[in-house]
Amino acid sequence: MYGLAMLLLAVVGLLFLSAASADLGRTVTVLGGAVLVLGWTFLPLLSSGIDETVEPSKLATFPIPVRTLLLALAISGVLGVPGIITTLAALATSLVWWYTPAIAVVAVICAIIGALTCIVSSRMLTALTVRVSSGRRAREAKTVLVLIPLLLLGPAILAVATLFREFRSLLPIISDVTAWTPFGAIWAVPGDLATGRPGLAALHALVGIATLVASTAVWRWALDRALERPAASTATRGARRGLGWFAVFSGTPTGAVAARSLTYWARDPRYAQSLISVPLVPAIVFFYTGASGDLSGLLLVGPIVAVLLGMSIYTDVSYDNTAFSLHLQTAVSGRADRWGRVIAVSVFAVPTTIILTVASVWISDSGDRLVGMLGISLGLLITGLALSSLVSGRFAFSVPAPGENPFKARPGGGFTLMLSMFASWTALAVLALPEMVIALVGFATFNEALGWVALAVALVLSSVFLIIGVRVGGRMLDTRGPELLAQLQRQK
Amino acid sequence: MPEISPSASALEITGLTKRFGEKLAVDSVALTVPRGSFFGLVGPNGAGKTTTLSMATGLLRPDAGSVSVHGLDVWSNLVEAKRRIGVLSDGVRLFDRLTGLQLITYAGLLSGMERSVVAERAADLLDLFDLDSMSGTLVVDYSAGMTKKVALACALIHAPQLLVLDEPFESVDPVSGANIRDILHGFVESGGTVIVSSHAMDLVQRMCDHVAVIAEGRVLASGTTDEVRGSSTLEDRFVELVGGRRHGKGPEWLRIS
Repeated sequence: MYGLAMLLLAVVGLLFLSAASADLGRTVTVLGGAVLVLGWTFLPLLSSGIDETVEPSKLATFPIPVRTLLLALAISGVLGVPGIITTLAALATSLVWWYTPAIAVVAVICAIIGALTCIVSSRMLTALTVRVSSGRRAREAKTVLVLIPLLLLGPAILAVATLFREFRSLLPIISDVTAWTPFGAIWAVPGDLATGRPGLAALHALVGIATLVASTAVWRWALDRALERPAASTATRGARRGLGWFAVFSGTPTGAVAARSLTYWARDPRYAQSLISVPLVPAIVFFYTGASGDLSGLLLVGPIVAVLLGMSIYTDVSYDNTAFSLHLQTAVSGRADRWGRVIAVSVFAVPTTIILTVASVWISDSGDRLVGMLGISLGLLITGLALSSLVSGRFAFSVPAPGENPFKARPGGGFTLMLSMFASWTALAVLALPEMVIALVGFATFNEALGWVALAVALVLSSVFLIIGVRVGGRMLDTRGPELLAQLQRQK
Repeated sequence: MPEISPSASALEITGLTKRFGEKLAVDSVALTVPRGSFFGLVGPNGAGKTTTLSMATGLLRPDAGSVSVHGLDVWSNLVEAKRRIGVLSDGVRLFDRLTGLQLITYAGLLSGMERSVVAERAADLLDLFDLDSMSGTLVVDYSAGMTKKVALACALIHAPQLLVLDEPFESVDPVSGANIRDILHGFVESGGTVIVSSHAMDLVQRMCDHVAVIAEGRVLASGTTDEVRGSSTLEDRFVELVGGRRHGKGPEWLRIS
């Protein structure tokens, strides 16, 4: 659906281009085509965790001759949704020259070569990096890193549009240079012909075809190597790690749970995925508010991060999966379990929220709102923790299992999670309303004293909620622990 | 504080039942595990062994029936009962983002033990199971046998009186297996009780002095090993009781000559 929409946009845009000057047409197709090839080549490095069915290391045990494999992988690339869309988009570039049929035909041929180059070079790089990218650590790092471009997509599009506007004069020069590179060459051929430079066209065509041939050769070689030497398992050398957080927290069950939680925050990529949004939120908000000039939008950073962090332990027990049975078999009190997890998150969540709130106030130069904002942020954070402690003690949600690919489709469940999160965010807003209202009234009436009231109310009220949440959640664990474990086993 | 009667059996199960939707996984099972015995629980896949043991250790709520450990009703005194039982579950994950040392320490601290005692015992267990060199590696990077051993260590650290071990020897190499058996025998000789569920009949016959055969949620035979196996081996008797034995040489297309 997404792809079709993009395709439609591309076709319409290209049709419009045909009416513009040949030079502009050439510039756009070269740059567009080059971006396409580069995207195909390098994006799979980040996302290859998503579709593992054609990973060379997985195919290594099957007795398939390399040539057959090469052909099969190429065809699967072409016929996959991205492949089809790319091919159609590439063919659509010939629309730019539709009024000179001869050039259009050449454009079609070049487009096909271009699309093939996309697929071949992407498979080539995947095969080359099989060694590096299939170890456990690399795979897990990828699942986290891939979120960065996804989250930054909005600002990225904005940035590109701005760049386009401001640097329009430079574009022809850039496209000339790109036309000589392996990934841009083939796209320049029709444009060269249209601007009356057949010699140049021939040279560019040569570079383009040579690129395709060379990529195929390298791909074949890399695939050969990858199939002969399936990726080895992660090195088993034991780095002396000692007790880590277990030596820091108290030797009580609560301290133990806190130590274990914090260790997981650092070492489990699923937790890292929740955390990665934290530095990006300020960046994104800054970007959008900076564009409009009024920095007071920055004040949203504190509360947004507070909500994200507060709700981050919503699925904590679900992340534990059946390992939760250890808590059951050692008869840990529900309260110790709840407090431990809350303490672990608070260790970094409280300072982060405070720092971000203070920073956003300072940068947006709204010092008179500092105390009120702190009230709102801390209120949201602690109330969020309270809600999470309550809910995660009762419900198991469909989340990625330990070590599993987080993008793998999970049967059902995901919808329930979203619905319940929505309900919880609403509940959170309601519970934190007192301090928010007081603070906002204080802002509107320029009454700083109300800010202090808001802070006091926030701290007292949310602490009460936290104690209630922990107690009730803990009691639910004590009485319904086995039921929760059964739910988790079904999710497994 | 409920009293432990000195003559009570280590584990007493009566009328234990569990239904999963349509399927009756455990059908009114009754078992008596004498104190100081090495008890084997055998049965085919899906017989209800794991389900029975989970209910006996307080990890899965029974639909009906009662379980008592040393005379103490498990489901009305969960905390106290769990303190006396050490559990090795089958088919559950471990907190594998911790190192071996951290995981065993975690299990000990969760049980409410003193930090210094936990440290001492964790070191002992790591040494006992030959996990010293791997104690600083994440459990997720362990082999299957090492994972079993570290899970077993977690079951032992709080010095229970009854051990309930579900498939403790699966994937464990013979040397480690022999070491573990020695530890378990020593434990039994000192007065502890061990319940082991396993497929390995020879092992059960050698190791266990009492055995119960479970199939399709029902106890088919129980008593001392000699009583149950009668004049044949445990394996033969088991196959006899349980059925399902085919006699054939495999499909035509698998034959080499």
